[in-house]
Amino acid sequence: MNPPSIVQPESLFESQAIAPAPERRSFHWSVRRELWENRFLYIGPLIVAAVVLFATLIGTLGLPKKMRALATLEPARQHASVAGALDMAPAPIMLAALLVGVFYCLDALYGERRDRSILFWKSLPVSDRTTVLSKAIIPLAVLPLIAWALSVIVQIILFFASNAVLVVNGISPARLWTEFRFFQGLLIMIYGLSVHALWFAPIYAWLLLVSAWAKRAPFLWAVLPLLAISAVERIIFDTWTFMTMLQNRVGGAMKVAFSFTPDDRGNIDRLSQLTPGRFLTTPGLWIGLLFAAMFLAAAVRLRRNRAPI
Amino acid sequence: MTCIEARGLRKTFGSTVAVDGIDLRVEEGRILGIVGPNGAGKSTALHALLGLIPYEGDLRVLGRDPWTDRDRLMNEVAFIADVAVLPRWIRVRHVLDYVAGVHPRFDRLKAEGFLERTEIRRRSRVRELSKGMVTQLHLALVMAIDARLLVLDEPTLGLDILYRKQFYDSLLNDYFDRGRTIVVTTHQIDEIQDVLTDFLFIHHGRIVLESSMEAFESRYLEVMVSPERVAAARALDPIHERQIFGRSILLFDHADRNQLVSLGDVRTPSIADLFVAVMGRETGESKGARA
Repeated sequence: MNPPSIVQPESLFESQAIAPAPERRSFHWSVRRELWENRFLYIGPLIVAAVVLFATLIGTLGLPKKMRALATLEPARQHASVAGALDMAPAPIMLAALLVGVFYCLDALYGERRDRSILFWKSLPVSDRTTVLSKAIIPLAVLPLIAWALSVIVQIILFFASNAVLVVNGISPARLWTEFRFFQGLLIMIYGLSVHALWFAPIYAWLLLVSAWAKRAPFLWAVLPLLAISAVERIIFDTWTFMTMLQNRVGGAMKVAFSFTPDDRGNIDRLSQLTPGRFLTTPGLWIGLLFAAMFLAAAVRLRRNRAPI
Repeated sequence: MTCIEARGLRKTFGSTVAVDGIDLRVEEGRILGIVGPNGAGKSTALHALLGLIPYEGDLRVLGRDPWTDRDRLMNEVAFIADVAVLPRWIRVRHVLDYVAGVHPRFDRLKAEGFLERTEIRRRSRVRELSKGMVTQLHLALVMAIDARLLVLDEPTLGLDILYRKQFYDSLLNDYFDRGRTIVVTTHQIDEIQDVLTDFLFIHHGRIVLESSMEAFESRYLEVMVSPERVAAARALDPIHERQIFGRSILLFDHADRNQLVSLGDVRTPSIADLFVAVMGRETGESKGARA
């Protein structure tokens, strides 16, 4: 192998040479590059947002009928009847962003080796670390932002459309204004998206690592080893610890980051349901982030000596 | 100023030895051609220079260790490591934006100037361009980078003769100066013989011949002799002999020019002919050694 590199004092020539582009600049352009390459990152959620908008708009036509029948409902159900559709609109958009993120990560460091473009990217003064981090930031920050922005836009359009439908039918929209708490919803969405980005970080990082490593079929390499570990554990120890851990990773964020009473029936409509303190003190969060950091570091190392396939 | 310095450069893939102890020193301002049969280790050696693979031995490119320092080295090194590695999905204007964004020594106006002379449109995606145009685009990018070392690995593979000629013409006229160094591998070595200042032959991961063009021109001579003089010519110990249209062409190493002139037409051989001669001997020797 190579002799250990000795840190060299900057020679006179080097200090006169043009300074390398700051990491931040490379990072900024690398993220933009990802968005040029992977247009499905925003087109996917956009299509889902359009479908949600369209379906909910049609549902809005039934709003006057629901408003007239409101008095017959028990109070606990009245909120859902008035603002339920508005509250639920962001959920499919966020789910779409999540799925898009998974498929993005699986291809991020695999596609560039398959189409040999890695040789071009590596001919530029961008470090492997900057490249891998610019890819990791997509599911961790860019996609949540896209999902959030689309959700907000969809909710605003739906809110105005609902008002219009009510007014046209001669019903006061006052109840809608009190039941639909737009700004509170914004906060809940930001919290929910941040919480999930942090909780899912090891999943995304694992997928990036596999995409840097696999010579083919990254999806299978990402999933099969986990199933294999679980199967081996089941056969040898007759336990499901690993599978339980995975399940907790996929679905656990909701349990620790929010609190639900039976009356909520899974809905989140109060800020008091957010439990950031409990979330931040959950060991699972920090263990997950530690794994995420290790997976990303391994992906950086792998990308350094990966050749085209 | 030394641009590349390698000592005992070695690279193995499993039990296959791709580069088997190369010692090399390339000074600034040279244009070095690397010639070798397929699988001789050319690309592997270049990949080591570019920090794409780890290696054994000592290697310094512009004073840096390419493996540990690739990203900083790439501020001063440009390369076309293979044909058609520009991502197919990217638009021409985006690739300009990106390189301008990440490369401090990239002159966008210069690249735009080169592109003006081609049919390449800014809106096109790379996948919509012909192979020749993709190479033109890559060359425009690379020539707009103020690099001290340019590495080209089969840059014109699969291009027709017009594009190939244009490629090397632009490189020489618009890019090369004494402050830059170019290392190039190609199978069309004859086409760039006039461009090179040095060349070397690689076989089985080793350098079998290394020479400057001046030394090459004074050292090797080729004589075309008619059949009746072949015996006399053979007596002078040629390193290679081939037949064309009933006449023999003999290649001599360190022969006396005056002596050869009396036998027939004397000229400087092409690098390709020398390559065939040297490789013929190499494989002959290795067969002999095995026998």
